[in-house]
Amino acid sequence: MVRRVFALILVLALLAPAVMAQDEEVLQMGFWEECEDPAGLPETVTIGAIFAQSGAASVYGISQSQAVDLAVAEINELAYLGEGVTLEVIYADSAGDKEQAIAAMTKLVEEDGVVAVLGPTLSSEAFSADPIAQENGVPVMGVSNTAAGITDMGDFVFRDSLPESAVIPGTIAQATEALSLTQVAVLYGNDDDFTISGYDVFVEALEANYVEILAEATFAKGDVDFSAQLTTLLGTNPEALVISALAAEATQIIVQARQAGYTGPIIGGNGLNSPAVLTNSGEASEGVIVGAAWNIASPEALSTAFIEAYSAAYEDAKPDQFAAQAYTGAWLMATAIRCGDSAESLAIRDSLAEIVDFPSPLGMFSFDEDRNPVHTPVVQIATGGAFAVLGAEMTEE
Amino acid sequence: MDTFFQQLINALSLGAIYGLFALGYALVFSVLGVLNLAHSAVFMTGAFFGLVLIDKLQLPLIVAFPLAMIGAGLVSVALEFIAFRPLRRRGAPRISQLISSIGASILLVSITQLLFQNLYGGTDAYFPRGLVPDEPILLGGLRIVPIRVIILIAALGMMVILQAVVSRTQIGQHMRAVAFNQRVAALLGINVGRVFVTTFFIAGALGGAAGMLYGLVFLNVSPFIGSDVALVGLTAIVLGGLGSINGAVLGGILVAALQTFSTAIGGSSYRNIVVFGILFLLLLVRPQGLLGQPDSTRT
Repeated sequence: MVRRVFALILVLALLAPAVMAQDEEVLQMGFWEECEDPAGLPETVTIGAIFAQSGAASVYGISQSQAVDLAVAEINELAYLGEGVTLEVIYADSAGDKEQAIAAMTKLVEEDGVVAVLGPTLSSEAFSADPIAQENGVPVMGVSNTAAGITDMGDFVFRDSLPESAVIPGTIAQATEALSLTQVAVLYGNDDDFTISGYDVFVEALEANYVEILAEATFAKGDVDFSAQLTTLLGTNPEALVISALAAEATQIIVQARQAGYTGPIIGGNGLNSPAVLTNSGEASEGVIVGAAWNIASPEALSTAFIEAYSAAYEDAKPDQFAAQAYTGAWLMATAIRCGDSAESLAIRDSLAEIVDFPSPLGMFSFDEDRNPVHTPVVQIATGGAFAVLGAEMTEE
Repeated sequence: MDTFFQQLINALSLGAIYGLFALGYALVFSVLGVLNLAHSAVFMTGAFFGLVLIDKLQLPLIVAFPLAMIGAGLVSVALEFIAFRPLRRRGAPRISQLISSIGASILLVSITQLLFQNLYGGTDAYFPRGLVPDEPILLGGLRIVPIRVIILIAALGMMVILQAVVSRTQIGQHMRAVAFNQRVAALLGINVGRVFVTTFFIAGALGGAAGMLYGLVFLNVSPFIGSDVALVGLTAIVLGGLGSINGAVLGGILVAALQTFSTAIGGSSYRNIVVFGILFLLLLVRPQGLLGQPDSTRT
């Protein structure tokens, strides 16, 4: 709590000059022109946010809640929802656990009566918890759910996180071309919706690019020793190791693959796309290739502004993709409330579905007719402990 | 063939950690006749102490390791005073002591989670890399990471020391006497309470060492790593023979080997089916476990 308050004060301190600078036509987040200032909103609009703030997935959940705090502080400071209207967020911890995500969603929707929900963090949690929001007619927006079929759960389910099916084919195509791959080995978690759907898309993309899969191996969530799988896979001498894993397992896999003597590229899904993975795996991360919805090196002006605000608010911490998507998600939700000029769940849903060409740190953002995000992804490679844009590096050469 | 030996090395080093962990279970069980289900939490505190000593207090590994063991030993002794002794005094059945150890385990994990939040702002943290040289040793076609050899030697060494303590020293003699019959031991003038405290300390120190080694191999520490080994350790002592020191280590290595090879061959999904299937079959044929002895000659 103390940290939150402290962060809030920092944000406010930072925003003061930003607001004054508006006169100088600095690009400002939000549909200020496109939608009129709302007049029909109550004094407090309460939304919920379900993030995994404990457990293995807290790597994501903590940066997500920090990003939402930042966005909400900005939205309230700038009076985006009109003078005197405060956007409030009630957080609930899903702990990476399906049951707890269900409990959190039930509490937010049925007890707290929130008008909309951000989260939950993991796709597996979303599949368990989102039907509750759908039944109650409360819009829910995943800001990190990338598994296939999330929005098929119903017309109240949105996401602003590019699904693996949109990111992975581009990653494989670019990597295959850049590294002239012909044979790879695949390692994936087979007890998690996110890692399984990532695996399916990888296999499809590899086939489409005529890359042969020499061997496959699986692991379970919470595993820490991957030496058995890696010994088997690396015994086939693959040109690249393709992994579909969440951050905690991915870190171990990267480190143990390097210990096992593997020096080639490691191509991963969205779970690897976190500075924490690079920091925790150290030198072993060199050559890790990940497709992503967002990169810290993105040239977008709003992205740069977001990074500055985030670093200022959180003791120089660098935001990751999960923070960028959560931040964008909170702004999208506020935009739906502003443009619909209503704090009713149904109106927010309708207005959310109409958002097109919203300038954000992720680039020009739109929802398609299935409430999935549309924006351009980037392919990145880990060099010297940070992600660089793979395309950019290639043009430099 | 190289792959086979590489997998064998993988299994042996993992098995050494399991075995070391299972030793603590076995020791407490053979002396008190009670399963200490908080032992997995003690394992976790060992890793946690080691992490804090190295990462926050900047102590060298060689100093931090024994300190972490002592710390875990003291936590284990505290368990004896909080979760076991009061119940034993009131003549509570063993099942109550078992349940109270589960409670103590949850308490320990929650306290550590709180400390983690304050120290690391999350629920997991990493040991700094390079504490142990991680340049692999090349041996023929094999690549051996040094830490994996170190844990194997450390685990076997501690097993030998423990065996010597139990069979050659006076305190070991007292432990065996108490294990045989508490009342008779007390009549013979043995301070039973002190034997219990010593047993818990040794068990905790071994569990802490296992936790510390686990942290050094996998670098990652969280309040929940105990659950990774809790069931495995129980399986190891049942497989090896309840109350047998050598059996605990053998059981640990066997479980690790079954896990490693079934993962290598069939994928991780079948790993636990293989482990528990074999445990079940073995218990049908040999209920006392591989190296287990009839009750009267335990320890």
